[in-house]
Amino acid sequence: MPRLNAGSRHRVRFTLNGRPVEGEAEPRLLLTDFLRHVLGMTGTHVGCEHGVCGACTVEIDGVPARACLTLAVQVEGARVRTVEGLAPELGKLSVLQEAFRRHHALQCGFCTPGILMSLENFLRNHPQPDKAAVREHLAGHLCRCTGYVTIVNAALDAATKLRQTHHA
Amino acid sequence: MKPAAFDYIRAETLAEVHATLAAEGDQARVIAGGQTLLPMLSMRLARPSVVVDIMRLSELGGISLERGGIRVGARVRQAELLAWPRLAERQPLLAAVLPWVGHAQTRSRGTVCGSIAHADPSAELPLALLALGGTVELSSKRRRRKVAAADFFTGLMTTARADDELIEAVCFPCRQNGHGHAFREFGRRHGDFAIVACAAIVHDRGLRFAVGGVADRPVACDYPALEGGAVDDALNALAWELDARDDLHASARFRRDLVRRMGRETINEARRCRV
Repeated sequence: MPRLNAGSRHRVRFTLNGRPVEGEAEPRLLLTDFLRHVLGMTGTHVGCEHGVCGACTVEIDGVPARACLTLAVQVEGARVRTVEGLAPELGKLSVLQEAFRRHHALQCGFCTPGILMSLENFLRNHPQPDKAAVREHLAGHLCRCTGYVTIVNAALDAATKLRQTHHA
Repeated sequence: MKPAAFDYIRAETLAEVHATLAAEGDQARVIAGGQTLLPMLSMRLARPSVVVDIMRLSELGGISLERGGIRVGARVRQAELLAWPRLAERQPLLAAVLPWVGHAQTRSRGTVCGSIAHADPSAELPLALLALGGTVELSSKRRRRKVAAADFFTGLMTTARADDELIEAVCFPCRQNGHGHAFREFGRRHGDFAIVACAAIVHDRGLRFAVGGVADRPVACDYPALEGGAVDDALNALAWELDARDDLHASARFRRDLVRRMGRETINEARRCRV
């Protein structure tokens, strides 16, 4: 029974955006801080730190999850995906990211990484969403700039584009 | 807001969990999905010396039909139960309640038993377990026992679980023929904790009505078949009995009004849903 002591740092290994990563963490270290401070992946933002705002949303083993409600030691062996893993290549945006730019679905951009990760997962599981379903999914995120209308439009547009890509 | 220091145990057997809980008592906290424990840790409302992770124990997984109920293991995430294909047919109240539990982004990690263990008076799953007359299965080094939901929730975030006990599973009774169910909730934002939540189960002999978000725990009442104004009178009496308090989210008066109005709508809907 592995017991990780409070005062020491312990090796944590998992897959991040398809690549194996490792680092050291005290048991109390949140996944948000592990990603940002230990691995230097600052795309995941820290907002409320108690699961309400959604800015830190990432994917863990294929489902959306709050990185601030996850201990780094809990993701040992897991598959984690962050906003850095969305773009297909350097200098090119994903379909959803491109739709966000086209529809002005962000202003300050603080909430955007979490919303992108959430919607990316949502659109994969719901390729033909209606406005209400997108809005319900967005209830898990706070954005103080846009009023959400442009985010909903971007999500619906991205869904259409993704369907066309799949059928082409 | 960072958690205070604690040891972390990734348990590999049930015996290890029991041994840790027996040895560390109230200094130990079990972590499953972590969706309620992590905020408690970060806000330092909980400062355990050791956190025991039970998510690698395969024996705590699984949703099964047992003796007329849906048994949900401690590892089962809320999203998994919501996606269980037989849910709406076997227990429509649970199917109605689950979409209101947190957000999709927390249901994906949060467990059903974790919400029961936390026993937030505004949380939907404790309300559903109580309304349906479900049971909580507890185990420790010393014993195994089942506790009825009515005896399990004992106060504000307080339960009948002893410090050395683990919730292994909870069991929600399946729908019975002739029963009608309904659930309604009012909150500031879909997915937030309820300001008031109501569940109603209507049957031949009367109805059961349960309220969350008002008292220090979910409360359920059984009534004989009520007609017309008697429903309103009963709801009004209940609204006052619940001892609502003013807080940041709503006044006591507003909560009482929600119990009366939303309660009535919930009961009406349950009556329409009888099959």
